[in-house]
Amino acid sequence: MSTFIQTVIVGLRLGSVYALIALGYTMVYGIIRLINFAHGDFIMVGGYTIIFTVPLVLALGLPAWAAVLAAIAVCALVGMGTEIIAYRPVRKKGTNMSALITAIAMSLFLENLAQAIPAIGPNPKVANQIFAAGGFKIGSVTFEYTTVITIVISAVIMIVLYMFTQKTRLGRAMRCVSEDKSAATLMGINVNHTIILTFAIGSALAAVAALMYMAQYPRIYTTLGSDLGIKAFVSAVLGGIGIIPGAVLGGFVVGLFESFTTSYISSSLADAVVFLILIVVLLLKPAGIMGKNVGEKV
Amino acid sequence: MLEIKDLNVFYGAIHAIKGISLSVDEGELVSLIGANGAGKTTTLHAISGLIPSASGSITLDGADLRKTPANKIISMGLSHVPEGRHVFARMTVEENLRMGAYIIRDQKTITKNLDMVYSHFPRLKERRRQLAGTLSGGEQQMLATGRALMTDPKIILMDEPSMGLSPLLVKEIFAIIEELHKSGITILLVEQNAKMALAVADRAYVLETGKISMSGKAAQLAQDDRVRKAYLGA
Repeated sequence: MSTFIQTVIVGLRLGSVYALIALGYTMVYGIIRLINFAHGDFIMVGGYTIIFTVPLVLALGLPAWAAVLAAIAVCALVGMGTEIIAYRPVRKKGTNMSALITAIAMSLFLENLAQAIPAIGPNPKVANQIFAAGGFKIGSVTFEYTTVITIVISAVIMIVLYMFTQKTRLGRAMRCVSEDKSAATLMGINVNHTIILTFAIGSALAAVAALMYMAQYPRIYTTLGSDLGIKAFVSAVLGGIGIIPGAVLGGFVVGLFESFTTSYISSSLADAVVFLILIVVLLLKPAGIMGKNVGEKV
Repeated sequence: MLEIKDLNVFYGAIHAIKGISLSVDEGELVSLIGANGAGKTTTLHAISGLIPSASGSITLDGADLRKTPANKIISMGLSHVPEGRHVFARMTVEENLRMGAYIIRDQKTITKNLDMVYSHFPRLKERRRQLAGTLSGGEQQMLATGRALMTDPKIILMDEPSMGLSPLLVKEIFAIIEELHKSGITILLVEQNAKMALAVADRAYVLETGKISMSGKAAQLAQDDRVRKAYLGA
């Protein structure tokens, strides 16, 4: 029984990291119908920012996790820059296909750029301890502080994000732009600003995900983003891409399946099972678990 | 109030609007009729800034709309009910209406305008918690129209409000347009249903392949032989 509960907890921890990243994929997809392949690499950008700012943050007498603030700022800037410099011009002139290829190019560009920076280089780097080590026990189940913090913070962020899209003026504008850009323009919404804001939020979430990931696995390398990104992308598709609660659900489904496969079958099969689940779900529900088409009647 | 002079619009190499001029005075209901592809929707899109115009002038009470970015047009007092409604399907009726008042920050004004819209469209009030995507075509048209009224605009542009509606609903929609007109709202109406459009309008323009071929009092145009032959099926 305690193994079971432990497995659930690990699944929730993995799932909350996937969900945070999946939200970035799904928000950008929702607003410009683009699979932002560079999104995974924003995590890598966030990770290295944390590595480089932790000493500074510690020198200032702050806890190590405060480095995430720098990562949020850097990631948001990189995300907004990617949209303004690369995606927007291509979207104006090109087709969906050229936009997709631009996204892949941006992903490779960020990875190669990171390797080219001498301070980063091709070898993995090891991060400092981010949250307090250790944990507590309830019965025979161990709760590590890192795990609890990851799950709680992620849950809070997701709830805040959901409230933001439902209740605030900017959040509603975001939903309008994702549904219908010309109608949104007629309402007085600045579509370009809204898209940039979406990139900023999505990238900031990637920075938080980087912190959570490194708190557990304190090793970072330049292609980390692709590895993590692909699972988060699967989560977003699984839940129904473009749908915010779907990304969260998808993230937890992927995290739990990965955790259970690792515990009860074999860790080397974990990724295979995740993709198997994706295929089965897409066969049964092509638009994802929460995906449905609310058609506009004419 | 709305003045368009020598307006030219290109779609790539296609000269879609060839130097048209038209005006709408305060309180008027003006119809722009014409066949499919004549440039009616293009004209409205150029006014709202959704597509750029090549030359000419568009002014609203003297303010230059051609220099105004598309998302600022509504703040100038011009609302646009687009062809095909374009309601936000995944939002509720009331959320849609509130989006219509996006540019208004004052909650009291929003509430006041919401009440005004509900008084014009009691059915929207009944369905205010329903998702817009689940409304019938006629109700969606009411919603799109109500949404455009949420800023209490000087003028509204209506693009093909009767499109895809049953004859009974077409009558209902036109009754609403007449009622809005009577309550003092200025309207520029684009319609393929020339008969109804001429019946409710004060004045009308006929658009043919990007040029205005005829204009005048709607009642007179409805009697004109050329209009009757080409648009009224007489």
